[in-house]
Amino acid sequence: MVNYIWAGMAIIGIVYAMFNGTMDKVNEALFESANEAVTLSIGLISVLVFWLGLMRVAEQAGLLKKLTNLFKPLVTRLFPEIPKDDPAMGYILSNFTANLFGLGNAATPMGIKAMEEMKRLSGSDKASRSMITFLVINTSSLTLIPTTVIAIRMQYDSIAPTEIVATTIMATLVTSTAAIIVDRLFYLRRVRKTK
Amino acid sequence: MSIVTTISTWIIPCIILMVLLIATWKKLPTYEIFVEGGKEGVKMAFSLLPFLLGMIVSIAILRGSGAMDAMINLISPLLATLGIPAEIVPLSVIRPISGTAALGMTTELIKTFGPDSFIGRLASTMQGSTDTTLYIITVYFGAVGIRKMGDALKVGLIADFIGIIASIVIVTIVFAS
Repeated sequence: MVNYIWAGMAIIGIVYAMFNGTMDKVNEALFESANEAVTLSIGLISVLVFWLGLMRVAEQAGLLKKLTNLFKPLVTRLFPEIPKDDPAMGYILSNFTANLFGLGNAATPMGIKAMEEMKRLSGSDKASRSMITFLVINTSSLTLIPTTVIAIRMQYDSIAPTEIVATTIMATLVTSTAAIIVDRLFYLRRVRKTK
Repeated sequence: MSIVTTISTWIIPCIILMVLLIATWKKLPTYEIFVEGGKEGVKMAFSLLPFLLGMIVSIAILRGSGAMDAMINLISPLLATLGIPAEIVPLSVIRPISGTAALGMTTELIKTFGPDSFIGRLASTMQGSTDTTLYIITVYFGAVGIRKMGDALKVGLIADFIGIIASIVIVTIVFAS
């Protein structure tokens, strides 16, 4: 599916430009965005190195295991395929925790690590059930305090910059719950298909 | 507000402090473990590069050509009949696709309509309550080499749509008076 989306976006863009005389804009976008992508990836190195290093220390100190034990009842239900004491659980939880506190930078390395552990468990290049659940929860955003948005609101002289915190948390709760339910429904559909 | 700011500036240093204190107390070779783990990060960033570049360039072509704006104009009336305000439609379409573009649009909406207007509050809530689905899927699946993504994208986009509706309903109810 991602192949169709990826090729589709470029094809639609180029064909549209043919008929609307925006071909120069396409060229511009092409090289600017490629540059931007490289800057973004290189910029990720700093964050990835730091947090993966620190997470390794946390793991060896037994902190990830502690975190897992704390939330075990909830997470084992969300990820029934992952063995209870597997390191994957620790990384999934640290990713969720980092997201909750709005530490997007720290969340990404931990999320990638969690995906690696889940790939080790499934041993194939197909997305496993746990991976899909994990990603869907991530895409619905678990932020408790949307710091960037608050900053923008302050910049434009809001009377109450933080008044949207409550609505954001409520919306996040609805989205995440919906994501988990939709994920379950799709899983059940897959199971039925293979029978 | 000051409490929120204090928490967000203190939290990262405090996590680092806690990890290092406990690890040192357990007599672990902290620096060596850190370097060992950090090495992985370098590899990861480079393996991510092609995935990110491919996706970002394709999105840029779609936006740069003007096709994305045309598509948004096309579906706006349709979404407006569902009760989604026309001003918010571009943001709701962009949000799952491009994080930077969405942030730009949110800023623009807050600037134009004011942070304390209905549109301003709605844009703020939407920006905070969902994430860039396409980016997350590209990065996470790309980094570990998953080729068959299963239902991930479908489920993610359905959840995004539910999130937009939820934001509108919640903001309307909470700020009704």
